[in-house]
Amino acid sequence: MPLIEAKNLSKSYGAIRAVHAVSFSVDRGEVVGFLGPNGAGKSTTMKMLTGHLRADEGAAVIAGFDVADQAVQAKQHLGYSPEGAPAYGEMTVREFLRFAADLRGLADPAESVRKTLALCRLDEVAAQTIDTLSKGYRMRVGFAQAVIHDPEVLILDEPTDGLDPNQKFEVRRILKEMAARKAVIVSTHILEEVGELCTRVIVIAKGEVRCDESRDKFLARGTDLNAVFRQLTA
Amino acid sequence: MTSSEKSPSPGLKPFTAMVRREFAGYFRTPLAYVFLAVFNAFAVSLAFFVGGLYESGIASLDRFFLYHPWLWAFLAPAAGARLWAEERRQGTIELLLTWPITVWQAALGKFLAAWLFLACALLMTVPVALTVGWLGDPDWGVIIAGYTGSLLCAGACLGIAAIASALTRSQVIAFVTGFLACFLLVLVGYGVFDELLAGLIGSAGVDEIRRLGLWRNLEPFTLGLVDVRPIAYFLSVAFAGLGLSTIIVERR
Repeated sequence: MPLIEAKNLSKSYGAIRAVHAVSFSVDRGEVVGFLGPNGAGKSTTMKMLTGHLRADEGAAVIAGFDVADQAVQAKQHLGYSPEGAPAYGEMTVREFLRFAADLRGLADPAESVRKTLALCRLDEVAAQTIDTLSKGYRMRVGFAQAVIHDPEVLILDEPTDGLDPNQKFEVRRILKEMAARKAVIVSTHILEEVGELCTRVIVIAKGEVRCDESRDKFLARGTDLNAVFRQLTA
Repeated sequence: MTSSEKSPSPGLKPFTAMVRREFAGYFRTPLAYVFLAVFNAFAVSLAFFVGGLYESGIASLDRFFLYHPWLWAFLAPAAGARLWAEERRQGTIELLLTWPITVWQAALGKFLAAWLFLACALLMTVPVALTVGWLGDPDWGVIIAGYTGSLLCAGACLGIAAIASALTRSQVIAFVTGFLACFLLVLVGYGVFDELLAGLIGSAGVDEIRRLGLWRNLEPFTLGLVDVRPIAYFLSVAFAGLGLSTIIVERR
């Protein structure tokens, strides 16, 4: 059974068709790079997969649970970091993660917080309010709340956006460490990320899937990935 | 706080976490203390300087509660403005709605926390009651009824504030619209719109609408009359507001 299934997902905002009949599935051990220009429908698709947006048509299934009909069960298996890694800015990192752990009803929330702080290298800022953190730390806090319950499914919307090269390296390192046990979708418009992180690539443009193939096949399309990207999304 | 072995069943745990976070959230900013100070200053000074509580020479708090609809109309929307507007502004609503908690649980948790905060504000006015008790021999049953009525009135205003907050990402807009709606309910009770409404719906309808006024429903409590009608009125406004705001958030 695939851990993530998008079945014919469609969404329109008024007359604008944001996503049209998008279907794919992701198995355990796969890290899917979700590529596409801005406004292509990447975030909208992710929001439908995570149950934040209701699809006009089609269904999203997480770990066998329909996100619309069995929302709570589906969300228990899901870790999601939205674009820009929003968080309660007035809370400290530790308080925020503790809240996430409690809200998920984890058996030993204190231990989960401790482990996650260490995993995401957040120990030194644990007592700081999130509003006072630099962008790199904020993104890591967003990532931390998504992995605190060690979910089978991880959906990350531009987790490396705005990070410096060292911070990007760090996020990729953590992702690679846990990827074997999970199904992961990472949206990005940084093409180099594909080679370093992903096992598979889905390119989306104008709300439709333009290409869904293994990393090696995608990389074999040409040496200039930017040209490949332009051609696929034209 | 560390995890305890005797934690409540997992079903209730997310909900209590929600209530705790929201309640503590009020005290994370200085605004809560400003709020509590303003509420107290107005509650006490209106009762003593405008209502003439001391000069009346009567050991009763009805002149104190008289101004509570005005206070709640102003301050419940101030406390309720952040309920959803702040989640939208910070983008955290996207987290909340993708965590394993239903919108209803989240909404109820937020609402109860806000109501609890308003209860704290009300509780801080207990010295007024004690003063009356020290000066005279009031009927404590009546005073307790008055406090109960005031708390229910606060809940009704909070219900309206919740709707206003669910509609916008701006706390200022949420506050102003919430205040205006509550203010309307205050004025309706004083018959401000009677002439205007009589032309539209006839005088029988006007009387029914006047019953929707906040003071009309709070007054019986301050006289020690705990009646089903005003209780039902306040609770239905509170829960209708809670329900409607939840549907708005769900449908976004």
